[in-house]
Amino acid sequence: MDWQTLATQLFGAGHGITRDGDLLRGTVEFDAEPLTVIGTTDHAPIGVQLALSQARIVLDTMTRHPGRGILLLIDTQGQQLRRRDELLGINRAMAHLGMCIDLARRRGHRVLGLVYDQALSGGFITSGLIADACDALPEAEIRVMRLPAMARVTKLPESLLAELSESNPVFAPGVHNYVAMGGVRKLWQGDLADALREALAHAPTDDRRAEDGAARGGRRMAAQVMQQVLDAP
Amino acid sequence: MTTSYAECSARERLALLVDTGSFHEWLPPAQRLTSPHLAQLGLPAAFDDGVAIGRATLGGHTVFVAAQEGEFMGGGVGEVHGAKLVGLLKRALRGRPRAVLLLAESGGVRLHEANAGLIAVSEVMRALLDVRAAGIPVVVLIGGANGCFGGMGLVARCADHVVMSDIGRLAMSGPEVIEASHGVEEFDSRDRALVWRTTGGKHRWLTGDCDTLVEDDVAAFRTAAIAALSAAKPITMAALEEEHGMLAARLAFNGAEAVALWAAQGIADAARVPDLDVAAVTALGAR
Repeated sequence: MDWQTLATQLFGAGHGITRDGDLLRGTVEFDAEPLTVIGTTDHAPIGVQLALSQARIVLDTMTRHPGRGILLLIDTQGQQLRRRDELLGINRAMAHLGMCIDLARRRGHRVLGLVYDQALSGGFITSGLIADACDALPEAEIRVMRLPAMARVTKLPESLLAELSESNPVFAPGVHNYVAMGGVRKLWQGDLADALREALAHAPTDDRRAEDGAARGGRRMAAQVMQQVLDAP
Repeated sequence: MTTSYAECSARERLALLVDTGSFHEWLPPAQRLTSPHLAQLGLPAAFDDGVAIGRATLGGHTVFVAAQEGEFMGGGVGEVHGAKLVGLLKRALRGRPRAVLLLAESGGVRLHEANAGLIAVSEVMRALLDVRAAGIPVVVLIGGANGCFGGMGLVARCADHVVMSDIGRLAMSGPEVIEASHGVEEFDSRDRALVWRTTGGKHRWLTGDCDTLVEDDVAAFRTAAIAALSAAKPITMAALEEEHGMLAARLAFNGAEAVALWAAQGIADAARVPDLDVAAVTALGAR
């Protein structure tokens, strides 16, 4: 979904979210409460600059508006694949963004991720996947890489991967697979404002994704292995 | 007489790094805990899914440790591998060791179980930050031939303290991926000198992305790990503001070449850095 359409459906025509390059930012009113919105659009590659721009807004929200909720609107093609970004320490900048979001959670800000278009690998780990909870629109796409590229890298036939992806959610792109594995809490159906209201009220603050993945049958071993480590003699 | 850290297996590193005979493994290979996803792909599994975890003592202090095996799927994080790391970190909250050590060697998410690996890495990050919030330092050691990339490159930079050897590499995307995406002019993955001065231990030390630079010697890693046991750095607003300012200042540099970056940092004869040994590089001073 186009971010303007999403913003209008969630917060009305005068939503106050603005676009600066690939960055979305704004303070919106939702149910008479202010909410910080931070996002990216146009399948943005997340480089050092864009990671820091988002981190800056998280830091400012913590400083100026303790406790204010934060909504992350996610549309990214993943991390910026440039030598300059690697030289400058893109992993450190992205980790910094993730740590800012994590500290905000610990200081009592509700932080929600919403994949409204596309989410890939590194650009997703340090945004939606480190929030209190991450939801998605049903038409969104989430993946590490496409099947042809996965076939090339793993040197496995694409037909095999395509066949397995029907029965095992770990291989294939798709937002439903992420729900089954617990990585996405739920898909927003029907009225989007109602879905946001529900998410702000009921999203967990602890990490329940492994338990969700086991309960939903998409990731059967993770929670069990974590418990085995805790119980090991 | 030195023992190359890079040439050791994960278990050899563990045995030599911690106090002799002190490593006690949780979910050892005898339990045959394997990935549930590899058999369908016709791939061999490992009875530890490529990571050994447990408790040990280091300089007499109790530590929890994990060591990734680069020889198994490049140290890639799959569902079980990731869950072992998360379990170790959760257990640290209960057991309160002096520190948690991660001997990282990984290409990041294991693509053969990509979605589960991606979620697992984010669970590792959250669990690691829980451990730090509890005041227990997390120390990452990087010196394996496969480097520390992708999601594990993010995990490393979430830790309190990073130790690298000069042949260790720490980055996000591998040079092959960048070359495939933007061409050989962007990043020639076969130019080893270029790869190391962009992602290697010396560069990461000179910019402050690693805290201790050591020779490729297990004993040197052990000494550095012992020194890092008191490295806890609380994550506060002030600390994140300082981090932010330092990272933002990096954007003032215009270019993609390490030698020019080092020169801009004020390092004399920056072109000589790749030829210097570790002692000479550390004498130059970080940042």
